[in-house]
Amino acid sequence: MITAPEGVSPEIWAALDTVLDPELDEPITGLDFVESCTVSHGPDGDVVSVGLRLPTFFCAPNFSFLMVADAYDAVSAVPGVARAEVTLADHHASEEINGGVAAHAGFVGTFTGEATAELDELRRTFLTKASVAGQDRLARPLVDAGAGPDELASATLGELPESDELTRLRRRRAAIGLPYDDDAPLLVHPDGSRVTSEQVPLHLRRARLQRVGIETNGEYCKSLLALRYAPGAATAP
Amino acid sequence: MYEKDGEKYFVVDSHSHFWDASKENWVEGKEQYAKGWIDCFYGYHQLGPPETHWDWEKYLKVTPEDFERDMFIEGHVDYAIFQSTYLKEWYKDGFNTADQNAALLERWGDKLIVNGRFDPREGDAGLRQLEADVAKYKHKGVKLYTAEWNGDSRGYKLTDPEAYRFLQAAQDLGVKNVHVHKGPTIWPLDKDAFDVADVDHAATDFQGLNFIVEHVGLPRIEDFCFMAVQEPNVYAGLSVVVGGLMHARPKFFAKVMGELLFWVGEDKMLFGGDYNIWTPKWQVEGLVDWQMPDDDQFADYPRLTTASKKKILGLNAAKLYDIPVPAELQLPTEAGESMQPGEELVEGTAGAQA
Repeated sequence: MITAPEGVSPEIWAALDTVLDPELDEPITGLDFVESCTVSHGPDGDVVSVGLRLPTFFCAPNFSFLMVADAYDAVSAVPGVARAEVTLADHHASEEINGGVAAHAGFVGTFTGEATAELDELRRTFLTKASVAGQDRLARPLVDAGAGPDELASATLGELPESDELTRLRRRRAAIGLPYDDDAPLLVHPDGSRVTSEQVPLHLRRARLQRVGIETNGEYCKSLLALRYAPGAATAP
Repeated sequence: MYEKDGEKYFVVDSHSHFWDASKENWVEGKEQYAKGWIDCFYGYHQLGPPETHWDWEKYLKVTPEDFERDMFIEGHVDYAIFQSTYLKEWYKDGFNTADQNAALLERWGDKLIVNGRFDPREGDAGLRQLEADVAKYKHKGVKLYTAEWNGDSRGYKLTDPEAYRFLQAAQDLGVKNVHVHKGPTIWPLDKDAFDVADVDHAATDFQGLNFIVEHVGLPRIEDFCFMAVQEPNVYAGLSVVVGGLMHARPKFFAKVMGELLFWVGEDKMLFGGDYNIWTPKWQVEGLVDWQMPDDDQFADYPRLTTASKKKILGLNAAKLYDIPVPAELQLPTEAGESMQPGEELVEGTAGAQA
């Protein structure tokens, strides 16, 4: 976790740090999506205003909505916060998203006629992708150290040294109802079933491809955000 | 044609544009979308080497003379395939219409292929337009922008019944190649806009068509690869991959190329320079010079040989579009043939030995 910027309380920052970009599987804090965060002290408690920004004007509205709504929920839940205001700037659907989140309208209510379901399934799809990619991050060092298909197929999470990556994988799996305790296999298919020794090579290929996909996407987004908001940028909103 | 170290490369740029994003062309009341759109492109533009960057104003609209210099004189391109992108919701005369492209045909007709487009939401009138366009321009390909807005609609899927009518018509009219761009804000908004599953179904049902997924489905390259490995008529369009990563993120470029070479194969990858997001010169030269890094993390990716580079840079696309290639520049490629390169992968019998 990167440290809170000056003037932002660690508790508020920690709350924002739990908010993920669902596609990139990274917190919005580290992605530099949090443009501003100010606190004013009122009689009933703190009023926290958070300004978010994204790499492009056309970032997908569904993921954008999730980040604004999740940030709203996370900040609202911090003890001492009376009210949270989260707004997304410079986006083609800023107005709808900001209004919808503030009014607790949900995604369907926000985009009447354009969306038929809330975003739980979408979120689940991307958590599943993240938990496939996470297997590559954890298994790759074992492969490099000489582990073969049999050992990899039988490896459990409890056998791995504690690490941020392991914690991350456990959290992603927990969120979608896949086994995440110490007895859980390291390698599982997206439906949670065990990967057999014979399936290990192709499974690892798929896990790496998934990781390359997510991480490349992240590189694009970070580059584009930095260019969009560079001082003096011609595309400055 | 590009020559380096005694090797000659026939270059087909399978994905280029000639757009008009000038302020005069912005639809009144929709300026923010018109600007937002070209600003996105300009962000990508700046991922190229700094010496190739243009001013934003120049980027909005280039002249035919710019085009000729950047593509044919300096850019090594033998043939360019133009993709049309209308976006008439935001640009009065369209962002990049077949008519705009066709104006260049008059000058460089021997080096340009103009692809058409269709939009299934236009119904019978759209179908008649497609017939007229194919009769007039002899389109061998179309570019489909499934995320394009149209009235109240924010996009469509290839599997929509109306889309199937158009695909059938295109196939019957002799169109061979369908370039599909996946982009944001496809309807319904609660689904993943970049999902390539509809291409999968359409490719199975229209065996007479080749489906070139532009930008290799980025940001869903994994879904694209899992599909391409099973569908013999699905191809990887490298536009944005080379331009957006080779200079700015070379390690990720190597990984993406490695994955594509493994899952899709060098006979199914088509170079696209994406003019004028970027100019082709540095991309062609860079790709010819490029080699998979000599680092352990890239060790089990396939290598790119001189022959693979020749196929990717031009020979694969030449085959799909029946472009005549001088005898001394030819090489055998399996592009366009009904093959199933990934059978062994689907069976799960290949892959890295862990």
